[in-house]
Amino acid sequence: MTSASPNPPEQGPVGPVASAPGGPKPVPVRISVIRTRPWTAAAFLLPALVLLGALVAYPIGYSVYRSFFDADGTGFIGLDNYTEIFTDSTYLTAVKNNLIWVVLAPTIATVLGLIFAVLTERVRWGTAFKLIVFMPMAISMLAAGIIFRLVYEQDPDRGVANAVWTGIHDTFTDSSAWPGAHPRPNGDLAPSGGGSFTTKATVGSADPAALPLVGVPPREAAGAGAAKQAQPAEDGGVSGTVWLDFVRGGASKPGVIDKGEKALAGITVEAVRNGEVVASATTGDDGVYTLPASADGAQLRLPASNFAAPYNGVDWLGPALVTPSIIGSYIWMWAGFAMVLIAAGLAGVPRELLEQARVDGASEWQVFRKITVPLLAPVLAVVTVTLMINVLKIFDLVYIIAPSASQEDANVLALQLYLSSFGTGNNQGLGSAIAVLLLLLVVPVMVFNIRRLRRESRR
Amino acid sequence: MTAQRTTPPPPPRPSSTPVSTAKTAPARPKRSPASRVAALTGHWAVRFALIVVGLFWLMPTAGLLSSSLRDRTEIASSGWWKVFDLNSSFPWVLNADQFTTTNYDALLSNDAVMESLVTTLYITVPATVLVVLIGALAGYAFAWLDFPGRDWWFLAVVGLLVVPVQVALVPVAKLFNTLGIFETTPGVVIFHTAFGLPFAVFLLRNFFAEIPRELLEAARLDGAGEIRLFTRVVLPLGGPAIASLGIFQFLWVWNDMLVALIFADGTNPPITVALQQQVRQFGANIDVLAPGAFVSMVIPLAVFFAFQRQFVSGVMAGAVK
Repeated sequence: MTSASPNPPEQGPVGPVASAPGGPKPVPVRISVIRTRPWTAAAFLLPALVLLGALVAYPIGYSVYRSFFDADGTGFIGLDNYTEIFTDSTYLTAVKNNLIWVVLAPTIATVLGLIFAVLTERVRWGTAFKLIVFMPMAISMLAAGIIFRLVYEQDPDRGVANAVWTGIHDTFTDSSAWPGAHPRPNGDLAPSGGGSFTTKATVGSADPAALPLVGVPPREAAGAGAAKQAQPAEDGGVSGTVWLDFVRGGASKPGVIDKGEKALAGITVEAVRNGEVVASATTGDDGVYTLPASADGAQLRLPASNFAAPYNGVDWLGPALVTPSIIGSYIWMWAGFAMVLIAAGLAGVPRELLEQARVDGASEWQVFRKITVPLLAPVLAVVTVTLMINVLKIFDLVYIIAPSASQEDANVLALQLYLSSFGTGNNQGLGSAIAVLLLLLVVPVMVFNIRRLRRESRR
Repeated sequence: MTAQRTTPPPPPRPSSTPVSTAKTAPARPKRSPASRVAALTGHWAVRFALIVVGLFWLMPTAGLLSSSLRDRTEIASSGWWKVFDLNSSFPWVLNADQFTTTNYDALLSNDAVMESLVTTLYITVPATVLVVLIGALAGYAFAWLDFPGRDWWFLAVVGLLVVPVQVALVPVAKLFNTLGIFETTPGVVIFHTAFGLPFAVFLLRNFFAEIPRELLEAARLDGAGEIRLFTRVVLPLGGPAIASLGIFQFLWVWNDMLVALIFADGTNPPITVALQQQVRQFGANIDVLAPGAFVSMVIPLAVFFAFQRQFVSGVMAGAVK
């Protein structure tokens, strides 16, 4: 029983709650508020230490031990599990993807957080904005995964990402007029390679060339104008009609423009002579086209661009893009975290310093680049490291968002650990090796935390 | 005996909210009209950009909500944004008649889903209470009791802060199997409690250490024992930190899927696992998944909006966890 303990708590707290500057508090007579009573202490600590020992500390040792054994847990195989992680292509994909995650996700989230934090300082409703961006942190990765499965849905009619993307795409490129339209088999128009169709006969100026097509669902053509019989062109040109040679009810005669049949507007008609395009025209609202005299005696071709399938957007969850897409959803969840921490750091940056620089003629960009960012460097480092540790363990988002078909392309270490240990892999030795690998990667942070604590408690 | 000298100040909050200097900036330098115009347009550009980003951030959640309120045939045939008449002028007309509560009715009368929500509650509440209680006991011991090797023990706990959950999956599954609590709700609770403890002990020890010594001395003079000191002085004064910790742990456990996937009873899983089982047929099950995900979000979001301040300070203290 010694009342003068070697480490009295009035030395100040450790960790983030640093003691106020200005030296240690005056220490009055050391009475035994703090009693050295190991049994009491043990009673207070027992539940925590038992749980931590059995469920956190012991597993570290067991995982290391288990990682040297095979799937059954009976045969000692040395480092073979580790070698396998770095040679087998499945595991290598996971390692590679984890690397992409650890580099991209924390960087982008931190940069976005910094931008948001700086910008929201300047508007009165900045708090509302922060709330919106921070909110996804409160929901589960499962819910976020379901949300983004919806966002990344392939069909542009259902997935908002592709709806926006195809919208932009179609603004800049013409989409084909009548996807899927084609001539009847055995008609005059025959496939001529690459999806185009060419007339077998040559056309002359005397009689208009009718180009009947089918294959357009009636409801899609419902809004089109009525097809019109073309008049023979003047000046020795070639004219004709392109129309949907089908009418509901079956009263349609092939090759003849019947009452109620619809015109196919916007179809490109090319006149081809000896394999070269000599003229081209586009059908009008009544389906009629008119080619100049040079087309006389040529064959007519309907190029494939008329019938190309519509642009269907990007395959977000396909093998190539699945990892970046899931990283996008992670950033949606965690940019708010970076923003809030950086905003707190920003509040500590002395305003006078910034104002002084502005008075001295620095531009906003220079103030940001030369003063704000350097002053925030410690906060930025903490945010990035925290996100890195978090990303290392990423599991739920990948497991939920990646469809089975591209799960292997989206694989990450934590997912592979789960699959190996509890899923189809059935190899807990390998799973343990992955666990040890993950642990080794966070050891530097562990050491850093402990050293910072010791430094602060020594002060 | 220096106990009753002054009224001690309340312990400081763990969050650091530095005093932001007032808006009264020193006299601004004279600026040319051109630069003033530039500043003004810049200001509007910033507002515009923030509005666009804000809408962008809301959109995924809005999509889930809108989808969850549409009939399954509507979800299958057209995008959730079709509830707006995009041909009308901005802001678009909302076709509210597309909305139906059918999916929610089906969900709420689905016993399996309701039971999974109850299971989530049975896991989350005990895991939160236990972490706070056990963490506070240990935090108090580390802050105010003396015993051999105290600092070393505390450093060891801090070292465990960043241990990935994944390291424990295989060993603890084996351990729980031996104990007969593998794939049971108590097993999940114990796992979450253990992994919440390093942060709990770290946070509470630091907060408790800031309690003015005089308060404890005064209580001691009044004849309070260790337990009275803990329940009557330390716990009440630790309120803010306990609130932060509790909210943090609550959200963490409520939102967990991985631990539940392995350790929970497969026939009676929490909501995250119950929904996960439906994800494989995503398109076919969307009428369950969308409202289910939304229901699973309601409680965390309510907690988040009600206790933002505590949540934020918990997040800040937990950085580099």
